[in-house]
Amino acid sequence: MNLYAIRAIYIFEMSRTFRTLVQSIVSPVISTALYFVVFGSAIGARMDSIDNVEYGAFIVPGLIMLTVLLQSTTNASFGIYFPKFIGTIYEPLSAPVSYLEILIGYVGAAATKSLMIGLIILATSYLFVDITIAHPVWMATFLVLTCVSFSLLGFIIGIWARNFEQLNLVPSLIITPLVFLGGSFYSLSMLPPFWQTVTLFNPVVYLVSGFRWAFFDTADVAIHYSLLAIALFSMICIAIVAWIFKTGYRLRS
Amino acid sequence: MAPILTLTAVSKTYKGGHQAVQPTELEIEKGEIIALLGPNGAGKTTLISLICGLSRLSSGSISIGGFDIQTNYRQARALVGLVPQEVALEPFETVLNTVSFSRGLFGYPPDPAYIEQILKNLSLWDKRNASVKELSGGMKRRVLIAKALSHKPQILFLDEPTAGVDVELRKDMWRIVEELKAEGVTIVLTTHYIEEAEAIADRVAVISAGRILLVEDKDRLMTQMGRKELVIHLHSQLKAIPSGLSSYELSLSEVGMSLRYEYDIRAERTGITTLLSDISEAGVRLKDLETSQSSLEDIFVSLVKE
Repeated sequence: MNLYAIRAIYIFEMSRTFRTLVQSIVSPVISTALYFVVFGSAIGARMDSIDNVEYGAFIVPGLIMLTVLLQSTTNASFGIYFPKFIGTIYEPLSAPVSYLEILIGYVGAAATKSLMIGLIILATSYLFVDITIAHPVWMATFLVLTCVSFSLLGFIIGIWARNFEQLNLVPSLIITPLVFLGGSFYSLSMLPPFWQTVTLFNPVVYLVSGFRWAFFDTADVAIHYSLLAIALFSMICIAIVAWIFKTGYRLRS
Repeated sequence: MAPILTLTAVSKTYKGGHQAVQPTELEIEKGEIIALLGPNGAGKTTLISLICGLSRLSSGSISIGGFDIQTNYRQARALVGLVPQEVALEPFETVLNTVSFSRGLFGYPPDPAYIEQILKNLSLWDKRNASVKELSGGMKRRVLIAKALSHKPQILFLDEPTAGVDVELRKDMWRIVEELKAEGVTIVLTTHYIEEAEAIADRVAVISAGRILLVEDKDRLMTQMGRKELVIHLHSQLKAIPSGLSSYELSLSEVGMSLRYEYDIRAERTGITTLLSDISEAGVRLKDLETSQSSLEDIFVSLVKE
């Protein structure tokens, strides 16, 4: 294992994060505050509590998930797309590193950034609502697993993308709808039975549900299904990355 | 001595069917400087990309320091430093961090003293905390070289290192190459500047249309292929070549003030002695004699034309 290489990639990528720290944090914090004003106060005041959780608090895990999923995919896709775009990718490709080491470096840095932002949003939400976290360790575990698994997806998107338009396509066209339809702002039990079944094919449902369980001890799907879903999703992503490096897909001519 | 780089039946055909490199054999000895000389699009960069792992082989095998680049890619690549043709650098990062990154990537622990030495040697030390985007084009090229040297490579690939750089940097580059050679580093450089190959290379490989036309010791190449030219400057104008000299392949300059004689230095008899005595017999008075040897450029042009 080339640990120095992993360390070098990680530090190099994190320094990009710290260069742009203010932009990275301000935008998600502002949008979260807006969600709280609109959904939490304006609409939430007219909503009943869900599973004995006040609506303002109920949406906190969903909001964190929304930001973390989008941040993970964009961070990781940009992190690997940018070197491709400016040509510096020649270096990792000609260095004595395996695909796993490249993956750990880039995905690790992307996941760290979205984890930081997730925690900042959690802290922000304390300004608006009272929350007590039922299972803090599980909450942290779900958060980390989500950051890592969706950074893996972002990494694949970054390699696949041929231009900036394609880079933005997946987050805006796929991730956002999946999160909105994944029970971020409502409980699945509020949907008609048919749509409840359809929703079970949405992987984000399992993430949001598991994450919400860690907060409020109440879930739409059983916790072990949530864990299973994340594990499965991550393994599929890693398999795709392995295939990319084996065939050189869009990396090596 | 075992060669440091061996290419066996290496070829590269792109998806569209374009064969960028035709089956190629090449051996490079440790410590030599070899110039891959060829026109644009000859396949020089593709060949380097294949060796460095940026491009996938269509057939054949490559070993670096005895390690196959596919089965033992870690050991093989650890020996290699690459300075690409295009200036590709993270624009927002500092020079120091960019160079340190490369060292780490190649699996070496941080060594600030060594990095300092490289940056000083490349006149980059004063700019170490500047971000790359603030640097001039020439400075960026120096950063690329510093990155390639950060892990003390055994074999260094310089892909068109002096394309579009000023004279000062070119001279600097040649000095660095000499120093590296003294340390035993093998250097493979591609260039379409003949004078560059002529100035620093030990051997020259001429590439055209994806084929290596020849690999030869530079000096031997120049003596073997070199034709010499003798220019005889005359005291007074000649209207035509005197009949007594008609057996020689002479040409008279337009103003009639000099005669030109081409000869092959490999030949047993160059004919110079008899030519000169025949000239004096014909009553032509000489002012001066001048000889010149054909340059690598002439040789190159004649090879590629074939």
